[in-house]
Amino acid sequence: MTDHAISDSAFAAFLKQGQLKGSRCTACDVVFVPPRGMCPQCHKADMQWTPMAGTGRLLAFTCIAIGPPWMAALGYDREHPYCSAVIELDEGPRVVARIEGVDTNRPENIRIGTRLVLRQDASDGGDDAPACLIFTPSLHTSD
Amino acid sequence: MTRKRKLGRGVSVVGAGMSPFGLFVDRNSTDLFIEAFQEMLGSVDKGFEPNDIDALYVGNFTNDVFVQQSHWGAILVDALGLTPRPATRTEGACASSALAFREAVFAIASGFYDIVLVGGFEQMSKQSTEQVAEGLALAASPYEREAGFTYPGVFGAIATAYFDRYGATREHLMNVTIKSHENGRLNPKAQHQRSIREIMSSRIEKAASKGESPPDWQDEKEFLGDPKANPAIAWPTHLFDCSPISDGAACLLLVGEELTASFTDTPIHVRGLGQASGRNLHTADDLTSFEATRFASREAYQMADLSPSDIQFAEVHDCFSIAEILHGEDLGFFEPGTGFKAVEEGLTRLDGPKPINTSGGLKCKGHPVGATGAAQLIEVWQQLRGAAGERQVPARDLRFGAAHTMGGTGGTCTFTILERR
Repeated sequence: MTDHAISDSAFAAFLKQGQLKGSRCTACDVVFVPPRGMCPQCHKADMQWTPMAGTGRLLAFTCIAIGPPWMAALGYDREHPYCSAVIELDEGPRVVARIEGVDTNRPENIRIGTRLVLRQDASDGGDDAPACLIFTPSLHTSD
Repeated sequence: MTRKRKLGRGVSVVGAGMSPFGLFVDRNSTDLFIEAFQEMLGSVDKGFEPNDIDALYVGNFTNDVFVQQSHWGAILVDALGLTPRPATRTEGACASSALAFREAVFAIASGFYDIVLVGGFEQMSKQSTEQVAEGLALAASPYEREAGFTYPGVFGAIATAYFDRYGATREHLMNVTIKSHENGRLNPKAQHQRSIREIMSSRIEKAASKGESPPDWQDEKEFLGDPKANPAIAWPTHLFDCSPISDGAACLLLVGEELTASFTDTPIHVRGLGQASGRNLHTADDLTSFEATRFASREAYQMADLSPSDIQFAEVHDCFSIAEILHGEDLGFFEPGTGFKAVEEGLTRLDGPKPINTSGGLKCKGHPVGATGAAQLIEVWQQLRGAAGERQVPARDLRFGAAHTMGGTGGTCTFTILERR
């Protein structure tokens, strides 16, 4: 699967198969998730797909009570907020993603630094919902 | 660092006007801009002939989506009776008219034009809150949108990172809100002209008049901590942390510096300009700092031969209360991690050593996004001329004021230093 051209659609297709992949600049050895077709550091387009473990830690989050229509269609509202977050993957890159499995009505209990793991059935919602990464707190506290 | 910037010709502001900011469902973009234009005409001390205007630069963000109408430069020139003069529309999300101002300055500094009208406008009140949230999210990165982020959400996440790093809390956001409302109540053009105390009193009276048991808030922070009075929009961002949905327009008249004497004896001059582009939430090197604000302000300070301590007051892009804290640090007014303490200590109050958002800021003056950059510059212009009425900065000898405008989540930032000589 590594011969797919670097693109957002290939990224989304991998994700639907439960695989989180980024692109690695063969010159700078820096990894980007979601993938970038050109390295913003050296401006070369020699990028390779590289698999990510799908584990990381919480850097920043919010519990959103008023979301866009496609999130409202999934049942989220003032009584049922959803959590969006910035996550630092263990390989270094940061991603924006949704977090499930946290109590969004008790956001003060959600801790920065919480260990997270990518949910395998990450393609949530119907056809109208954009491809989205979804993480949950890791059950292995020793991670 | 880039080389020191300079203008090929000095540029000055000799007039300005704005509509009130608020919810005006029965008025459209043209109505609002004409009101701003009328006030601008009256503001030029020695008067001037509108037909002497060479060109228009105007900023707007969402009319293509919210009004299903584009091509606003030409539409406004026609409405203002200024055809066939050229018009250019700029788009930089919430910094749209800050970019228009820069383009107008460049056009005059190059010698191409002498007299340029610059402005911005937005009409948002005919949309539902959800529609506005989705429309404004057009300025976010696709990845942020896909992850469900709204604007209050992006700034909520930034706030959690800042809280975690520096030990600030929601109470520190409340300090920004309380200060903004104190200033907004002194601004007759502001959308929200009541202090938090006044809002509390009116709600207590309202409850009593309905025969309900009145809320017993002891102070502003109890009110702001009450989820019924101040619900979470995107925790920790609450309703009173958010700038409102607004309609409004603002414009300024810019001329070549050597021409000012025929317009006014109190011209205000462009002393420093900076603009920069920033990255997204997930690619930013630091979630507690806006790199574009840092670069834009450094560029402007360098051009102006000034340092942050020389800026006597500033309008700072407080789309959400955490943003005012972060930008205050990125502009160099306060050390990183101390912006929340500066607000707590009253340093940014109207009577403090570094007044921030004397207009009431986006929070209280209102945030018709395309008009915001121009309106911030109008506040600086008025303060420097000593014409800000009840909210006039008390310090004497005001010489340097500045306006900081941000588009998106830091994607576009501008910093403009104005000077009275």
